[in-house]
Amino acid sequence: MRIESLFLLFLGAFFGIVGLVYWFWGYDDGGGVMLLGATLLGFLPGSYYFFWHQRFHGRKYFYWGKVHAAGDRPSDREDAEMADGAGTVDSFPGSSIWPFVLGMGAFMSVLALVFGTWLLFLGVPLILTALTGVTAESRRGGTV
Amino acid sequence: MTDVIAPPGVQEREALPLPPLIPGDGHEPSHGGHEAHGPTGILKWLTSTDHKVIGLSYMITAIAIFYLSGIMALLMRLQLTSPHSSLLSFSQFNALFTMHGSLMLYLFAGPVAFGGLANYVVPLQIGAPDMAFPRLNALSYWLYLTGSITMLMTFFVAGGAAQFGWVAYAPLSSATSSPGAGPDLWIMALLLTGFSAIFTGVNLCGTIFYLRAPGMTMFRMPIFTWNMLVTGILILIAFPVLTAALIMLFADRHFGTHIYTAVGCHLVSGAPAVSCGSPLLWQNLFWFFGHPEVYILALPFFGIVTEILPVFSRKPVFGYKGMVFATMAIAALSTGVWAHHMFTTGAVLLPFFSFLSLLIAVPTGIKFFNWIGTMWHGQLTFTVPMLFSIGFLFAFLMGGVTGIMLASPPIDFATHDTYFVVAHFHQVLFGTAVFAGFAGVYYWYPKMFGRMLRESLGKWHFWLMFIGFWVTFMPQYVVGLLGMPRRVASYPSNLGWQSYNIVSTVGAFIIAISFAFLLVNFFVSWRKPVPAGNNPWDAHTLEWFTTSPPPHHNYTHLPPIRSERPTWDYNHPDALTVPHGRSAHTNGNGNGNGKSNGNGKGNGKVTADV
Repeated sequence: MRIESLFLLFLGAFFGIVGLVYWFWGYDDGGGVMLLGATLLGFLPGSYYFFWHQRFHGRKYFYWGKVHAAGDRPSDREDAEMADGAGTVDSFPGSSIWPFVLGMGAFMSVLALVFGTWLLFLGVPLILTALTGVTAESRRGGTV
Repeated sequence: MTDVIAPPGVQEREALPLPPLIPGDGHEPSHGGHEAHGPTGILKWLTSTDHKVIGLSYMITAIAIFYLSGIMALLMRLQLTSPHSSLLSFSQFNALFTMHGSLMLYLFAGPVAFGGLANYVVPLQIGAPDMAFPRLNALSYWLYLTGSITMLMTFFVAGGAAQFGWVAYAPLSSATSSPGAGPDLWIMALLLTGFSAIFTGVNLCGTIFYLRAPGMTMFRMPIFTWNMLVTGILILIAFPVLTAALIMLFADRHFGTHIYTAVGCHLVSGAPAVSCGSPLLWQNLFWFFGHPEVYILALPFFGIVTEILPVFSRKPVFGYKGMVFATMAIAALSTGVWAHHMFTTGAVLLPFFSFLSLLIAVPTGIKFFNWIGTMWHGQLTFTVPMLFSIGFLFAFLMGGVTGIMLASPPIDFATHDTYFVVAHFHQVLFGTAVFAGFAGVYYWYPKMFGRMLRESLGKWHFWLMFIGFWVTFMPQYVVGLLGMPRRVASYPSNLGWQSYNIVSTVGAFIIAISFAFLLVNFFVSWRKPVPAGNNPWDAHTLEWFTTSPPPHHNYTHLPPIRSERPTWDYNHPDALTVPHGRSAHTNGNGNGNGKSNGNGKGNGKVTADV
């Protein structure tokens, strides 16, 4: 988590500095806003990873609960053995039809903006069906 | 849903037989991989959430689009062989250069890298069973495919395809200047592919941050994976801006807004005229996407080359951390240089954008230095992936040097919108997406299909393409300096431009012939397979540890990860990779320059006591 957080915070800081220089040099609203957005993109996830790194090491920042110092993740430790990562990695779908259905729904919906709103009668039901299906699939925990 | 259990480690080297090192040594490729899981046939391709199937889908689609777009380029080159050719009408020519650029940039060069190769390779390289969000990954592909179909549909609607170039400058892209369904479909295609790219960016970052195997620390990741992480971040910076800009463009065209037009604004009585929109705003927004996009198209291919050069030099990559920091620096700087595409508007900060643009040459130069350092004193073998990688070095060097020239405003003023710029960006993008991209295809094809591509056909492909590349684009620099503007279907016959155009067209057809050899190679490999084994190149990184093609969820066992070359370390325990920052000595010569360690295999390694 440490390298991840430093990486993102560095990018955020760089964009922030460039943005400040640009703003006070050129007073360009568009460029200034976009560089501000890039700065936030670096700082928001960077701060998240930074706080979690600190918490893994038992330090509290803006947190008053009990902290369990679990230490670095196996993927962050140079001396980690494969056994340190034993157990369930995560739950992955074997296959799913819903991304395809959702994609077709999005396809129909954007075409509706060009060829006529009647295509929304195809696109929206497909999107809703896919969203419902993928939610049910995740809760049920089975493959489709 | 399947709970994936972490694969056990191979602690003892003897616990697992060494992967075969020589192609065709009798080890049949394992075909018990992703094909054996879930639905089969057409349903497999429709429903699979396996990153390998999705990666292959991306690559097949992107390469098909590449061929289609190449045919468009040939038609344009034919038109330009004569000053007043009647092969194409002006509007057909406009549509062709618009679609050629759009297909190549939006639908080939990016998706083949971050959708295709990265999708396939990144989880394998970090020891992950899949991408972090497999269904989102599948959705990305379907949005990409439907976006591609939408883009191609523009040829078949009334009014034809969009004709405003791949940059769609306002007010040329307004409903008045570019009416019809073609431009609208172009916008919708980019919305779909834009969301596809954003989802892929999220997936890449999530996968690399959360699914690395134990011991695979950030500074042990292969450089390709590092570059894809940085590309993922760049996608998240750039593509939302494009998506938002496109929505506003569509609103301008259909909902009566005036975001990119300086007309139609209300006037306050007695006050000076207020213009509520600005055509330059489009250029600012577009290039805030467009320039990082150039590096979204370049960084993955830098990563591919950085994987290939060490393997065929039999050395570790020279300056691993320098490579990583150079990648970060390129990405960071690329976000602050967008307006160097707008120098001639007279409305941008020339010194600011010129300085940052020139600064990008520094990390890029570090990369070049490290690539040469990797090959220096290595035991080079000129396989097809290596040849394509070296071809990339020459091509990108030329494109990069002319890029430095164009970062200087006086030179840019003189050459803006001429064929000099066309030659520059084609050398950059052809160097990366085509030379390095097909280096990656030749390199990882054995892993993907468990069979080899023919070296002889590959070398025909390379040499014809290499020759065709220089013959096509070098004359364009000259004719650009002579003043020939880009995006013209005819030109005066008395300016001496025709001969350069004829040579350029001949080169383009040589390139086209070279790509026929790739198709033949695929066909021969399909009909008469030569088994590849797990690791035909004696390569370094984790993906070469598993079977070819890899099984569902990729690994049954994993080797200990103690450096950025775990497969090499496992296969060559006598020549372990030196961890970064540790003291080291070499077997035999002690000067740390990666000479042969004298064990007769000539593996050119620096080793350490571990």
